[in-house]
Amino acid sequence: MKTRILMGLLAVVIAGLIAVPWIASYFYIFILTEILILGLFAASFNLIFGYTGMLSFGHAAFFGIGSYATALVLIHLEWPFLACLLVSMGASALLALVIGFLSVRLNEVYFAMLTLAFGMMVFAIAYQWRSVTNGSDGLAGFTLGSFGLGLDLTLGNPAVYYHVVLAIIAIAAVVLYLICRSSFGLILKAIRQNPERVSFAGLNVRTYRLVAFVIAGSFAGLAGGLMAPFLRVASPELLHWSMSAEPVLMAILGGTGYFLGPFVGSAVFVLLETWITSYTESWMLVLGIILAMMVIFFRKGLLGTALDWWMEVKK
Amino acid sequence: MSGIGAALLNSLDIGLLLFIIAVGLNIVFGVLNIINFAHGALYMLGAYLAFTLINLVGMPFWAALLLAPIGVAILAVIIDRVLLRFIYSRDVADSLLLTFAILLIINESVRVVWGSGIHVVQPPQLLSGSVELLGSSVSTYSLFVIVIGLLLLAGLWYLFNRTRVGRIMRAAALDRDMAEALCINTRMVVTGVFAFGAWLAAVGGVVAAPMRALDPGMGDKIIIESFIVVVIGGLGSFPGALLGAIILGLIHGFGGRYLPEVNLLLPFLGMALVLLFKPNGIMGKGATA
Repeated sequence: MKTRILMGLLAVVIAGLIAVPWIASYFYIFILTEILILGLFAASFNLIFGYTGMLSFGHAAFFGIGSYATALVLIHLEWPFLACLLVSMGASALLALVIGFLSVRLNEVYFAMLTLAFGMMVFAIAYQWRSVTNGSDGLAGFTLGSFGLGLDLTLGNPAVYYHVVLAIIAIAAVVLYLICRSSFGLILKAIRQNPERVSFAGLNVRTYRLVAFVIAGSFAGLAGGLMAPFLRVASPELLHWSMSAEPVLMAILGGTGYFLGPFVGSAVFVLLETWITSYTESWMLVLGIILAMMVIFFRKGLLGTALDWWMEVKK
Repeated sequence: MSGIGAALLNSLDIGLLLFIIAVGLNIVFGVLNIINFAHGALYMLGAYLAFTLINLVGMPFWAALLLAPIGVAILAVIIDRVLLRFIYSRDVADSLLLTFAILLIINESVRVVWGSGIHVVQPPQLLSGSVELLGSSVSTYSLFVIVIGLLLLAGLWYLFNRTRVGRIMRAAALDRDMAEALCINTRMVVTGVFAFGAWLAAVGGVVAAPMRALDPGMGDKIIIESFIVVVIGGLGSFPGALLGAIILGLIHGFGGRYLPEVNLLLPFLGMALVLLFKPNGIMGKGATA
């Protein structure tokens, strides 16, 4: 009963998302595109944070590399968009393999600090390697050509681009969901709760952590690859540690223990930001207060708290 | 030769300023086991409070150096009593997240109160000149930073090794329950240590104010630097904070001069290398505070 209502709710949300370009203004199309992309970014982060229990402070490295990869391929090779996204995922996966290989054996604070260091190294390289990355200005001036697969889409049109993003993120979310629900996902959850016990059960905790890290990195890269054409620029800001903090905030806001939590978090985050900044500049002040309250009182996030409340009402 | 001399002095000057700030972060971690992400924001508050006291109230620099850190320490007591008390018994990750929230709140409040523009604090008359040293001219203020850093270093060493308060702090760091059993009010110690860490951050802020322009992003920059310092030296290690600060000072002093095309990369490279080969930092763990 409970799952049927939830599935129905989800279907309504998805139908609504598909219909948005016909009923809403460009402003909301832009906002929703951003929510979807950041939602995938946060969901990819949650695979390592919410599921595996590793607090990474360098997740923006994969997001940013994805952006740069798509921008570079568009500028120099003019490949179809789908190919750009695959390159973005591949580049991020490769980077995640290197950083993850070195980082996953450390725990808690040391893991957070090492991922922060690697993330900022990638930022520093993007900032100072001017000949390739155009330094602090970032890479701009690329245009989307064809989509690939022989589809004739005008990607320059924000409504069309929104639908493409929606489709790709829906597929990516289903894949991520299946990964979380698989036995592999269960092992990740077990690692979060008690790595020693998983290790005694004969499983190599470090390998599982690394695989989770690489998967999360590649999906963050996909989100980044979608972000560059949306922003029309790939800049070092996408790699900075403050960008790494965003998926952390979104995941906690929505609820780290739930697959859809980060998506809810990104929606609330972006909508609140838009709404509050139209009244006052001090969005970060509100965000800080909300985050403090979430960490202290609502550890399950908005989605988890809402679900708990709903179960309570039903009883 | 004078180039190397200048770079060395510059490294020492940056290093000792970083030591003042990072050692507070380190003591808080050593005793309370929380990573205070808001430490840089407290440093920034110190600088802005000093700016207000000097430029708007008209106090001399020395009075600001005395009063601004006390103000920040009082704020830290409030933060500890209102927010942090909820998460002392939880994961380190929770404290990282909560203090991150506090960082957002302080950063934005500074922007609201003082605006997002740049402010400047003039060094006091006594310290505004320069002197000849090692064949090059050095600003008197740099020497002042070095002297303050060394004074605090000596003071902290004395506090932790020769006084009862220092022993209590070390006892609380090693075994909270045992300290409690020995009739130590650990609640007071926790609040006191957090306020002391904030005080150190604010002293760093006031000292840094005449060297660096004040803007609402200054705390974010220094917190990352402080992380690098404590990670290189060893989380929770007092001598480690000094060593880490000197190493990072050298990286900045020499990297900025001789390798400008990669100078942003170097501090993080150093931090990553230490974490990879000696995750607990060069001075290791166990040598708490």
